[in-house]
Amino acid sequence: MSTFLLWLSTLPALAQVPIIIAAFVALVGVLIFFIEIAPRRGRVYTILRLAACVLIPLLILAALESYTIAIIAAGVLGVLFFWLDYRSSEGAGYLFQLVGFLAPAIVLLIIGLVVPTIQTTIQAFLNARGDTFVGLDNFVWIFTQPQAVRTVLNTIVWVLIAPVVSTIAGLAYAVFIDKSRGEKYFKILVFMPMAISFVGASIIWRFVYTARPAGEQQIGLLNQIIVLFGGQPVTFLAVDPWNTIALIVVLIWVQTGFAMVVLSAAIKGVPAEQMEAAELDGTNAWQRFINVTVPGIRSSLVVVLTTISIASLKVFDIVRTMTAGANNTSVIANEMYTQFKNFEQGRSAAFAVVLFLLVLPIVVYNARQIKKQREIR
Amino acid sequence: MRITSRGRVLAPIAAIGVMGLALTACSGGPGGGPGSGGGAGEADGKVTVYGTIADTEAELLEESWKTWEEENDIDIVYESSKEFETQISVRAQGGNAPDIAIFPQPGLMGDLATRGYLKEAPESVVSNIDEYWSTDWKAYGTVDDVVYGAPLMASVKGFVWYSPSQFEENGWEVPTTYQELLDLTATIQQSTGEAPWCAGFGSDAATGWPGTDWVEDLVLRQAGADVYDQWVANEIPFTDPQIKEAFEAVGEILKNPDYVNAGFGDVASINTTPFGDPAGALADGTCALHHQASFFDGFITDAGATVAEDGDIWAFVTPSIDGSGNAVTGGGEIVGAFSDDEETVKVQEYLSSPEWANSRVKLGGVISANTGLDPANASSGILTQAIEILQDPETTFRFDASDLMPSAVGAGTFWKGMIDWINGTDTDTVLEQIEAGWPSDG
Repeated sequence: MSTFLLWLSTLPALAQVPIIIAAFVALVGVLIFFIEIAPRRGRVYTILRLAACVLIPLLILAALESYTIAIIAAGVLGVLFFWLDYRSSEGAGYLFQLVGFLAPAIVLLIIGLVVPTIQTTIQAFLNARGDTFVGLDNFVWIFTQPQAVRTVLNTIVWVLIAPVVSTIAGLAYAVFIDKSRGEKYFKILVFMPMAISFVGASIIWRFVYTARPAGEQQIGLLNQIIVLFGGQPVTFLAVDPWNTIALIVVLIWVQTGFAMVVLSAAIKGVPAEQMEAAELDGTNAWQRFINVTVPGIRSSLVVVLTTISIASLKVFDIVRTMTAGANNTSVIANEMYTQFKNFEQGRSAAFAVVLFLLVLPIVVYNARQIKKQREIR
Repeated sequence: MRITSRGRVLAPIAAIGVMGLALTACSGGPGGGPGSGGGAGEADGKVTVYGTIADTEAELLEESWKTWEEENDIDIVYESSKEFETQISVRAQGGNAPDIAIFPQPGLMGDLATRGYLKEAPESVVSNIDEYWSTDWKAYGTVDDVVYGAPLMASVKGFVWYSPSQFEENGWEVPTTYQELLDLTATIQQSTGEAPWCAGFGSDAATGWPGTDWVEDLVLRQAGADVYDQWVANEIPFTDPQIKEAFEAVGEILKNPDYVNAGFGDVASINTTPFGDPAGALADGTCALHHQASFFDGFITDAGATVAEDGDIWAFVTPSIDGSGNAVTGGGEIVGAFSDDEETVKVQEYLSSPEWANSRVKLGGVISANTGLDPANASSGILTQAIEILQDPETTFRFDASDLMPSAVGAGTFWKGMIDWINGTDTDTVLEQIEAGWPSDG
């Protein structure tokens, strides 16, 4: 894989694009081909299946450059194709195929997600070099250091403010521009920041917040406005605790567009009959909004809130780019990275576990909501 | 019936396919160029060098080895990053290290060495070190009695920059004791009504480092070299009264709103002022005193002022407490290697030779502690003076403490602590925070 990419990097930029696309299409084509022929009967297909058993692990080996993964894949594929072959000669069962074909995915999930999670959890109870068991020391360290506690608290502040504000702003905007003239353009305006990466957005906002000493030419937009009105320039990113709010604004700026688009679509899905009935009952606009629209889009609201909550729990790039965690602005993800680069793997992993525990209730709540929805349907 | 069942199969399969592709896309091998992959670089005519030296400095660095590259047919690919301190450990742990790294912090090099990422220095380099460097300097590149690298450049820290003509007009004298420096500060403040000192701690992810130089100067001068060494080894913690005393002494100047921050604002503006900006304030006269290492000479020259005893700006070394002795702090880089192929060894050897030191110093702006260096090659009076200080056997030289400490403290909580301290957090809390960053396994 890296050899292929290296060779690719020597080509002119425009030649790289079609090659990448061709490689991608070829891979998808091969996959679809095997999926297509998997359950078929006949000697030709058996040979093809056998070939796949040999080729796919080799491909994985070339792509991932890891023997263990390729060996596991080969083992799994071998057993799987053998069984599939055996079954196909007697008419394949749907369930069996499903299990057979899902196996690689489950294996990949275990390798890529479950194992690292377990490894990280184990690391959280080991020392920095990962060779001695230290019990809860790393967690004790997190919850007894004022700086580390502050990091956890900051993350909680992010999760409390960012999702609520972006959802309310997105919802209000979606309601106000609903069915107005030029709705499309209003939507584009707010949705635009969504297309900017967090790092890009952070750099833009760092310029907005830039402060120059009083009496000098201000290059930061906000401070220029303050100075125009006769105020003193404010160092937005240095004054604790307001600097954390200044960082949260960036996430809100990016995420409001997402909330607005999803909620706008949901509002359009609220049945017109209900609205008319409410109107006939003599309700005003606010009552209609609270009693008809909001219950009608409840499921979308939950999805938007939880999505942004998880995004704000994981926030790293904004903090890293704008303050690198200085002046008490650090959050858990930034601290994980900082501890890792200081060779403190235990503490880094402990932070990761704390983050995992914070995400868990949101995910569980989300899953239960989806389950409820299904029951209603 | 068959079609529907196939459709039901196809959907999850397609999803898996896409996921599998996504996974492969994410975990393609190291994305680095040749010579990457755990530092096991092959001899391919290229040696990758990674360091913090950027912009003009980097151009001069590349110029310094140009002729040698042509003679030896080796292409030295230099890459600089202001995030070096962070990136190098992430790259080493991720198996994407360069062939050679230029470490400004021996402590960070030690972190990588004890974890087995660095290769031992080749014999030819060790013999160069023995011949051209003092035992002190050799020790900075040595971890657990194994030599990992040779020093590269050096700087003498603790210079106080001032304007000789301004001093002459007002009849101010260059101080010879630390108390005289404080008296001078008070005098300037009274006669001008302005803050005499300017300071800037801003340096992106490394913000706060100029503050550590202040503290180190005071620890070395007030408590002495032995305490300084114990402090570096954490035998004397940050929370010790002797270290607190040094902080308080620095605070007398840097946390006094009457004394800072000339030309930039209040005390808190120190954190937001990039460390190079005071050069401009010195050059245009808004700032009378500034504490910074010998390299600042280049910044002042860029700001359009001349550095000379009879020029616009000159400097004196931060005086000792009683005016006797000659203790200075300084810094420098150590060259460590992640691979040991023939070409990398050759480059290391050349970089540790007096030929390279003279070639680079001739280009101006820097010095080296290489004893094979001719002081006459230095580009300015300050640098000549700095080389003489380094080569003087009477000098008590101590390497920058924050650079010697493990990076978790030296390039972590110590920097962050300086920021918080300037922002007004009380000294005891800051000292506890800094000490807490000390690695869990010593």
